[in-house]
Amino acid sequence: MLAYSLNRLLSLSLSLVAASIVIFLLLEVVPGDPAAFMLGLNAAPDTVAALREQMGLDAPLIQRYLGWALGLLHGDFGISYTYKVPVSELIADRVMVSLPLAIFALGLSTLIAFPVGIIAASRRNSATDVSIMGVTQLGVAIPNFWFAMLLVLAFSITLRWFSAGGFPGWDAGLFEGLKALTLPAIALALPQASILARVMRSSLLDTLSEDYIRTARAKGLTRQQALWRHALRNALIPVLTIIGLQFSFLLAGAIIIENVFFLPGLGRLVFQGITQRDLIVVKSVVMLLVFAVISVTFIVDMAYALADPRLRRQSR
Amino acid sequence: MRTPFKSLALAGALALTTALSPAYAARTDLNVGMVLEPPNLDPTGGAAAAIDEVVYANIFEGLTRFDSTGAVQPDLATSWDISEDGLSYTFHLATGVTFHDGTSFDAEDVKFSLDRARAEDSTNAQKALFADIASVEVVDPATVVVTLSKPNGSFLFNMAWGDAVMVAPESAADNATHPVGTGPFTFVDWAQGDHVEIAKNPDYWGTPVKLDKAVFKFIADPTAAFAAMMAGDVDTFPNFPAPETLAQLGADPRFNVIVGSTEGETIMSMNNGRAPFDNVKVREAVSHAINRQEIIDGAMFGYGTPIGTFFAPHNPAYVDLTSQSDYDPEKSKALLAEAGFADGFKTTLKLPPPSYARRGGEIIASQLRAVGIDVEITNMEWAQWLEGPFKAKDYDLTIVSHTEPMDIGIYGRDDYYFDYHDDAFKQIMADLNNTTDPAKRTELMQAAQKKLADDYVSVFLFQLAKTGVANAKIEGLWENSPTQANDLTGVYWVD
Repeated sequence: MLAYSLNRLLSLSLSLVAASIVIFLLLEVVPGDPAAFMLGLNAAPDTVAALREQMGLDAPLIQRYLGWALGLLHGDFGISYTYKVPVSELIADRVMVSLPLAIFALGLSTLIAFPVGIIAASRRNSATDVSIMGVTQLGVAIPNFWFAMLLVLAFSITLRWFSAGGFPGWDAGLFEGLKALTLPAIALALPQASILARVMRSSLLDTLSEDYIRTARAKGLTRQQALWRHALRNALIPVLTIIGLQFSFLLAGAIIIENVFFLPGLGRLVFQGITQRDLIVVKSVVMLLVFAVISVTFIVDMAYALADPRLRRQSR
Repeated sequence: MRTPFKSLALAGALALTTALSPAYAARTDLNVGMVLEPPNLDPTGGAAAAIDEVVYANIFEGLTRFDSTGAVQPDLATSWDISEDGLSYTFHLATGVTFHDGTSFDAEDVKFSLDRARAEDSTNAQKALFADIASVEVVDPATVVVTLSKPNGSFLFNMAWGDAVMVAPESAADNATHPVGTGPFTFVDWAQGDHVEIAKNPDYWGTPVKLDKAVFKFIADPTAAFAAMMAGDVDTFPNFPAPETLAQLGADPRFNVIVGSTEGETIMSMNNGRAPFDNVKVREAVSHAINRQEIIDGAMFGYGTPIGTFFAPHNPAYVDLTSQSDYDPEKSKALLAEAGFADGFKTTLKLPPPSYARRGGEIIASQLRAVGIDVEITNMEWAQWLEGPFKAKDYDLTIVSHTEPMDIGIYGRDDYYFDYHDDAFKQIMADLNNTTDPAKRTELMQAAQKKLADDYVSVFLFQLAKTGVANAKIEGLWENSPTQANDLTGVYWVD
């Protein structure tokens, strides 16, 4: 088990180094000078040069890469070109929106998907199953930003229960914060729940046709009892994998929903950073997201190894 | 069926609800929607319009300022004397003024601010405003003398820009994140990505403002902006990004739609240094191929004023030269034939992100195709546009709105992306700078406008309109946009 973990850990570190080089070089070749962007249409060339020097953009490539990468190692993400505040502060603020939103959305989608998937599987081909499959098909097909707009139309503009967007900050209280995240979380959770419910159903149906279920049924268990006692636990593995993937997606990929609800999340920070050529913010946030995704993968790998002894033996 | 009795009952019910509702005092807070978030809050260290849209006149003040009509008014300098030769300006400063951190404002701060802006290593985006200053001398705490190296008729105008506001040596370095000015509002808090909050300055030296606090909320998405307005999350959106919904908002009694003018001359630049646009006949042909009204209707939902030269139509010195380049495809074809392009030619059109450029560009391309000019469109991000067309002059045609006030002088700059070099025009600009007599200045400004129209330097499309939405109970917002600002000093709620 130790060898397996070390092996995984090594490949994780190598991925991070590779990712940092790719991210750095990619942003080097992006056209656009951050200093020229900030100073606009009327600035004289020598003013732009003065700002470039102030921002440290004139140092050689390797020196800038090492400066950035070593800084990351001890938590120094640099100073944002445009905002002029430490990038780590910006990220910390945004994580306080993105992470709760991702957890909220994932919680909702799991709460919806589990019962729905189980009901559909246990009543296979019944009217309930068919209608659940129909509704989830729709849920997968509806773009979440469009669904978000419908939510705003219904609950913000017509009923006026929620604000149309924005985030008051956690200083305004837990309730206010959660309230602001409710519509975005629902908008994000609907397609995720639909996918998850379908995976849950098919995974359950697969395990229900396994030999050990037939044995259990032969022992005298009803279909329901076999499902709850034996099939469910085994059917969870693919479902957990999907949840892991969805979490990474929700953390980094909620940008469209963040735009619809004008939430100050990580996705919008990256987007803004790219358009304003605040490259140091882009580099650091993307790196952080890569780290998050790789860590989630690592945790999932470890969980597999715990669940499946064969994996542990293979790595020796 | 509507009976008199029913109407009466309805009226009675209405009267009852009105009588029962408690008498609320007028609100003293304001939520202002903005499309772009300012990158920082230091107006002396960046060109972004969003900076001034938060801080101009609210947090920072200059020696002079623009009022809502664009006229220059006294601000921290309550009066001034100009010497006979136009070289020395003696400013008499307001007294008892303090910065928000408690330090006092006096002549030393004026010297510091101006010297900082014109210094060698200055990163002021409009450094040219200060180029003619030879020296700044403190006479006494309330008097400062600015000496110019040559007369500059627009010096007081220049000092009204957001880039020329007064800052203090104690706080200037931190203004980007924590702005400290002398204005009627103080900075409270900036939640990056979400909002900036400002509050009434209780120690303000001038007329106190009526609002107790104001929050600028940043909403980039047009649909989200509309939703925020409808849901009451923002009270006003001075530059509303969804013009297609203005008719709907205007019909709603809760809102006022405010249509005003801006300083944004929207033009299609032609690279005068590159064939075939180095030929004035080709430029004239392109100008006649363009139907301005069609672009205004199609790309701007009807909001905008056609222009025939690089000047704001609401300026008293404006000359309407649109007929000189009116829509005449036949004339355009004839001119092209004269220039040796009877079969037309191929060219490229590079478009930055704003909708006037993207939507306008599509319409222009089809109009040019009608006279035989085959246009290939490339969409660009701002940063790309600044690097390519703007800095490296790497373009044939491009569309952009020049939003600085009174910026006709850019046509006299040799390094500018138009690649237009004309000694006669430069002479007019030099004369304009050396003239302080208003009548003569008007004459020169009109000569400059005619020169640009005669040379067909660019295709002058339209003056950008300012289309805003506000709660119907808000008074005192600027209708026009003589500089990019949301001056809240005169804003209040009525019951």
